Parts: sequence; C-alpha cells; structure tokens
Amino acid sequence: MSSVATLHGGDVHAGHDAHHEHHHHETFITKYVFSQDHKMIAKQFLVTGMIWAIIGGLFSVIFRLQLGYPESTFPWLENFLGHWAKGGKLQPEFYYALVTMHGTILVFFVLTAGLSGTFANFLIPLQIGARDMASPMLNMLSYWFFFTASIIMFSSLFVQTGPASGGWTIYPPLSALGDASEGSKIGMDLWLVSMAMFIVSSLLGGLNYISTILNLRTKGMSMTRLPLTVWALFFTAVLGVLSFPVLLSGAILLLFDRNLGTSFFLSDIVVNGKILPNEGGSAILFQHLFWFLGHPEVYIILLPAMGMSSEIISVNSRKPIFGYMAMVGSLFAIAILAFLVWAHHMFVTGLNPFLGSVFVLLTLLIAVPSAIKVFNWLTTLWRGSIRFTPGMLFAIGFVSLFISGGLTGIFLGNSALDLHLHDTYFVIAHFHIVMGVASFFGMFAGIYHWFPKMFGRYLNNTMAYIHFWVTIVGAYLIFWPMHYEGLAGMPRRYYDYSSWESFKQFGGLNEFISFVAMIVFAVQLLFVFNFFYSMYKGRKVTTPNPWGSNTLEWTTPINPGHGNWPGEIPEVYRGAYDYAKDGHEFIPQNTPVGDDETHH
Amino acid sequence: MKEFLLVALGALVFVVVFQIAKASEYVSVLKGEEKTRRQNNRINAFLLLGFLIFGFIGAWYCNELFYGKTLFPQGSASKEGEGWDWMFMLTTVVTGIVFVITQVALFWFSFKYQEKDNTKAYYFAHSTKLELIWTTIPAIVLCALVAVGLKYWFKATGDAPKDAIVVEVTGHQFGWEFRYPGPDKVLGKKNFKLTKGANSLGVDFDDPASLDDIHVSGTMHIPVNKPVKMVINAQDVIHDVGLPHFRLKMDAVPGIPTTQWFTPRYTTEEMKQMTHNPDFTYEISCDQMCGKGHFSMRGIIIVESEAEYKKWLATQKPEYFTIYKDRDPANKVVTDTIAKPITQVLPEKK
Repeated sequence: MSSVATLHGGDVHAGHDAHHEHHHHETFITKYVFSQDHKMIAKQFLVTGMIWAIIGGLFSVIFRLQLGYPESTFPWLENFLGHWAKGGKLQPEFYYALVTMHGTILVFFVLTAGLSGTFANFLIPLQIGARDMASPMLNMLSYWFFFTASIIMFSSLFVQTGPASGGWTIYPPLSALGDASEGSKIGMDLWLVSMAMFIVSSLLGGLNYISTILNLRTKGMSMTRLPLTVWALFFTAVLGVLSFPVLLSGAILLLFDRNLGTSFFLSDIVVNGKILPNEGGSAILFQHLFWFLGHPEVYIILLPAMGMSSEIISVNSRKPIFGYMAMVGSLFAIAILAFLVWAHHMFVTGLNPFLGSVFVLLTLLIAVPSAIKVFNWLTTLWRGSIRFTPGMLFAIGFVSLFISGGLTGIFLGNSALDLHLHDTYFVIAHFHIVMGVASFFGMFAGIYHWFPKMFGRYLNNTMAYIHFWVTIVGAYLIFWPMHYEGLAGMPRRYYDYSSWESFKQFGGLNEFISFVAMIVFAVQLLFVFNFFYSMYKGRKVTTPNPWGSNTLEWTTPINPGHGNWPGEIPEVYRGAYDYAKDGHEFIPQNTPVGDDETHH
Repeated sequence: MKEFLLVALGALVFVVVFQIAKASEYVSVLKGEEKTRRQNNRINAFLLLGFLIFGFIGAWYCNELFYGKTLFPQGSASKEGEGWDWMFMLTTVVTGIVFVITQVALFWFSFKYQEKDNTKAYYFAHSTKLELIWTTIPAIVLCALVAVGLKYWFKATGDAPKDAIVVEVTGHQFGWEFRYPGPDKVLGKKNFKLTKGANSLGVDFDDPASLDDIHVSGTMHIPVNKPVKMVINAQDVIHDVGLPHFRLKMDAVPGIPTTQWFTPRYTTEEMKQMTHNPDFTYEISCDQMCGKGHFSMRGIIIVESEAEYKKWLATQKPEYFTIYKDRDPANKVVTDTIAKPITQVLPEKK
C-alpha cells in the first residue's frame, strides 16, 4: 500500500504536503454537519447515539416505575405523557410501546449505530494508517441515513395511536394487524420505514469499513498486524452486510402484508371478530427472516466491544494480548457461527425437533471460541503491570459481565432448558448482561480510552470512577436477581404481575430493581455531563501518546486534522502488541525491527 | 411535591459530585499527576478485590432471599419436568465452577498484578499448549451437556404416549379456550372461516366428530398421573402456552397447530399443601407478547384425581348443544331430530 492516499469525494489530496489540511477552506457546514472527515462522522454517530441512549434509558426508567410500583400513580407523568398516563398511571398499550422502543433504540440506534458507527469510523483509518475511509462520501451518507431513520423513529413517538408496541422483534401477526394493537397502526409503518433507512445506513457504513480495511492499510500493515479492534470491526461489518438485507426483505414483506393485502406471514386469522381473508402464509417465516439478522445482530453489538476491550486490556496490562492469532481465529469462528444459530430463538415455536437439535449443537459451539477469548483475556492480565484507567476498569467489567451473561447462554441454548426458561426474566437477565450491559461497558471503555484522541482532552477521572463503580454494582444488582424470577417462570413483557399467584411474590424484588435502575440511569447522566464538560473544559492532553500505546492512532498530532497525519503516513514494521518485549515497555508499530530483537 | 424534592436532592448530589470531581483534579495537579495516578491505581485495585468478595457474598445472599420464592424447591409438578430440574442443576454446577474460576482469576489477577514500582510486566505472547487445553476442555464439557440436553429434548418434543388425554388449547386476545374430544376421543374439525357468534372457535359441525366435543373457557381440568397432550392453536396473533409448574412452554401460532404433552404429578389440592399456600393454583401464562392485554392472559389448570375429573367431564355439555340449544335432547324440544342422521341436523351454512 502506498503511503500516498487520495481521497475521493472531497477535495483533500493529502500526501507529501505536510501542511495540506490548513489549505482547504472549511465552513461550519462542511466541518461539523456535512463533514466527510471520518473522525467528525464518528463524533456525529457518538453524539446521536448518546442522545438515543438517554431516550432509551429514560423509557426503561418509566416502565420500571410501573413494574416496581404497580399500585402507585405518578400524577406528574400525565404532564409529559398525556392520555398515555391517564391519572398518573401508565396505560398498558403505552407500556408496551415503551418496552418496544427501549429495545429498538438500544439494540439498533445505540449499540449498533452508536457503537460500531462511532468506533469503526474513528478507529479504522487511524489504526490501519489511512487518511480517511475508502469513500468519505458514502460514509457521510451512512450517517445521514441513520439521522433520517432517527427522525422517523422519533416522530413515531408522537403519532396519535402511539409508536410500535409489538416488541422490538415485531412478530407478525401482531405487528401486521392494526386491529390487534394500536401500536400496529401508523406507528408500525413508521418503525418499518425507519428501519429500512437504518439498514441502508448500516450497509453503506459496513461496505465502507470492509473496503477500507482491505484496501487502505499503510505500508507494512499486513492483516496479521492489525490491532484486534480493527479485526473485530471488520467481522462486525461483514456480519452486518450479510445479515441486514435479510431483515430488510422481512420488513418489506411485512409492509406488503400490512398495506397491500398479501399473505406472506398471515393465515387463518380471526381478529376482533373479523375473519381475515389471508391464507397460506406463515407467521414463523418472519421469525426466520428476523432472527437471521437478529442473531448476528447480537454479535454486531458484541464484537466491537470485544475488540476494544482486548486492545485496552493489553495496553493497560503493559503486556501483549495473549494468543493474538487465537483471538482473531475466535472472532472469525464467532462470526461464522453467528449465522448458524438463529433458530435457537425459536425452540418453542413448534419447529422440527431434529432441526432444533442441530441448532442446540451449533449454539453451544459458540461457547468454545468465547471461552478461548475469556481465558486469553485472563492470561493477558496475569503477571501484567496493570494500570486502572477508567477505560481499563470498564474493559475488566466487560470481561466479568461477558462471563456472567455468557454462561447463562449455556442454559438457554440447550433447547430442553429453554422449554421452561424461554421468554422469562432469565432471558432478560442473560441478554442484558451479555449483550446490553457488556457492550455498553465495551463502549464506555472505548470512549474513556479514545476520548483524548477525539477531543485532545481527558475525561474527568473522579466522575469516571464513580460512573464505573455505580454502574457495575448497579448492573449486577439489577440483573442478577432476575435469574430467580426467570427460574420461577416469570414471563417477560408483563405490565403487572400482581394478580398472578405464581409471580406476585417477586413484587418486592421488582421494586428494588426499579430503584437501582433509577440510580444507574442517573449516573449515566453524570457520564453524559462529564463527556460534554470535558470536551470543552477537560484537562488538556500534552503528550501524543498518553497511554503508551503501540497503535498508529497515537502517532498522529494531538488534534489531528482531516487527513490524520500532517506528513507521510507512518510505515508499520510489527504487530500491535509488542509490550514488555526485550525490556522495552512498549514498541510502537512504526518502530523498525532492531537487529538484536528476539522473534517469538 | 415529593417528586420535586427528589429532583432537587438529585441536583444537589450532582453539584456536590461535580465540585468534588473538579477539586480532585486541582489536587492531582498540586500533588503531582503521577502520584495521584498511582494512588488511584491502588484504590481501584482494592475495590476490584472487594467487588469480588462482596459479589460472592451478595450472590449467596440473593440465593437465600429468592431461591425459596422460585418454583424450584418444590420440584417439578410434571413427571417429565423432573428431568428438567436435574438438568438445570447439572448445568448450574458446571457453569458455576467455570464462573467461580474465571471471576476469581479476573479480579484476583487485577488486584495482584496492579502496577508496582519494583515489578515489570512479563512478556508472554502465546502458548499453543495452553490454548489447546482451554479449547478442548470446554468443547468436551459442552458436548456432554448437549448430549444430556438432546436426550431430554427429544423426549419432551416426541410423540405423546398413546393413552394421553387430548385437550385442544386455543389462545386469543386475551384468554384461553379448551376443547375436549368427548366420548369418541376425536376432536372435530375446525375452519376459521366458520367463526361466528357463539361458535367462537370456528368448529365445523359438518364433522360428526365435533358433535360431542366439549368447550370450556379459562380453566382446564386434567387428571393427575395421566399424560395430557395439548393441541395448541391461536386465533389472532401468536400466543404461548406457558406452564411454569410443569417446566413447559409452547407457542400458539395462527394457522400452524403445535403440540405439547406432560404428565402432572400432583393435584392442585396436593400442591396447596406442599407449598403451604391455600391460594395455590396452576397457571397458564401467555409467554409471547400478544398485545395490550398480554399480562392479563391468565389461564387456570385444575389437576384432580381421575374420579373427580370424570365427574367434572360428565357435567359438561357438548358445545354443539350449547350453541344449538334447540337440538339438545335434554331440552326435549325437537326430539325427533335426534333420530335423524347427523347430516340432516346440520347447522345452517354460510
């Protein structure tokens, strides 16, 4: 790869011209709004993701109020929600809308767009030594499609019949029939259109990430020298590009069923006393289409967190990541298996038991590469010289949560156990820990670690430590006891359990969980405050490589301009993890290999 | 007012935290950033160790509080569920061992190998032997779990015993309907297009087998110690027959009937005594989001002795006669129709 890169779509021809970035004129619009600089696009994704995270988190607090205090009324809620909280009591229909939007927002808008959108954009060019993405124009469009999707989804909150309320998995016929639910009226159409936009965004982004990693690596940056973050983001993009179109097809067929009278997913239905003419469709077909994306989606969310945690753990242990090739291999194995396990979400749909057994085997196989990753992280910590930066704490928290949530996957992936645990709080505990909170921890780790590169300032440490400790303790307090509710068979997505003889004994626990959830949410606001405060007032970064890291992003100036390196792009001579080697604390990737260096 | 005070209190805490955070940054500049960093390092290393210890105490305490509240200590109320309970315990033990080892290693290593002045990180980039060990051991253990699981899975999803009682379960927004096949032991055909008025299930009364079928709403009666096979349908959207006490669950999908079977071990009365709860009742929970009344879609199962069950069944009138009261011989209105072949007493067709 030549160190002279030409950017398409813009007028930036960076290269030998050391001060090039000062030459071209940038207006406010081109710099902050329709920017084609991958770093600015990353920040746009991040800030949009944070806004969504606050909205999605707030929704969970509101519905946790209902779950924790089903007997109480909250008159002030009516001021905000109007007829959805008549007399201060959340209406069931709106409760389900909140649950649905919480899932949709967190899974897609925060942990997909906000997480990979931010870090793939920010880190890929910086870590592989490229001046920008392969196509900055598509990259910009990727953000603006996401923005459009956001606006449409947000507007669905304000339609009279309310937003979609059939769960984030939008199973038809519930989601197909306006007669079955208020949320399946216009709110559902908006949901589908918004998701279509979102999928376009994710495809534009993903294709860009893949082509950038394959084509724009700097001289010497062979694939086996890539930092694990880049590998993780690469597999994430591949997963997204191959699986999102399947959801798009499902969404389009569902739109047809809703509006054009087709019967892809509908058959033999009598709703509200009305006999529908649809025959021959299969509601289960939609679930196959949905989970063919839905399961890889879990890894789209998780892999970037794994990659960033690997990087951060290695840097702050001052040790090479243990088993680099095994780490790449296990990412690859997870990415492949991610496509072959989708039906484990459908064990109780009445699918053929033999088919189910195949999915059991493939599902539990995922535990093998996952175990490799965990043991390799642990060995990386072993005999290290560990520095507990906030990023490192969140990375350690990520590993802890990944273990806790991953192990309960062994219960749920075994179809026999799923017969009882399916769709109970056991599932809620499992996926919130392993995919939700763990990925958030990966994201926080990434933000704390790369904030100095993004803004040239540090986040405030005290607030960061408070943020970490309250969040990890809170996350365990919220989700650990839910396993017991699940063992009792307590179903998810219930508005009120108090009339159920089998589940009402958990009323006190639900109140406790709601209380902790509010505190954890408040601490996330502290983080958001810290983020924006430190962006302007934080302690300034004075050294280009504050963490003593080997990767290329720290060879750029403290505040890199468009094009990233003022001079030539550095050449790479080694892998990203030469820490503690031959008595050197760290050896950056752009350091030539010495004659006396040992080979491992 | 209370809410206002809470918000004010929250804001106050926030301001205090912010001031402390700002002050600590100045202090760190005065004290020297390197020194502060090392101090923070030590504090966080200790906290991580504390988190491990208190985490395990918390997990134990949580178990003390909630284990008794799950349905687990009484054991499964179905014969098949005993296998489930055993398998759950086995998986808990296996994953529990892994959980303890890995979490202890994670937090202990973090504490032990915190940055110190006199030690340096040890260069250790890979070891094929170690990696092979922790690839093969999990693979073997998981294969064992898969084997155990599939054995149970094929049993649970396999054909119901031949002597099983058949009950048709139908879910709709938001309730459960049950249909018993009657003396001929055959459920009559249904066609959703016939759903009209009192014929809420769309039973096809052209089918002679349907004439003796019994339809009840909300509560299902079954005898103890006899396998029960449920044929599961849904009318409008997807529902799910969740039977927590029997460790079972099966979706109800419109247009695609599913089946599930189990053998109850204890009558409802026995369970009341075992759980020391006079209000105990077997419940059917809908476990698939089905709309605004999802949470209230509660069904009841009464498990009783075979004699009680038969007695109950005998008091139930076939649905055909509850819909077409005039054709009920008990009403003695049109006795002559009874003698006619069934095809001549068909209800009017649409």
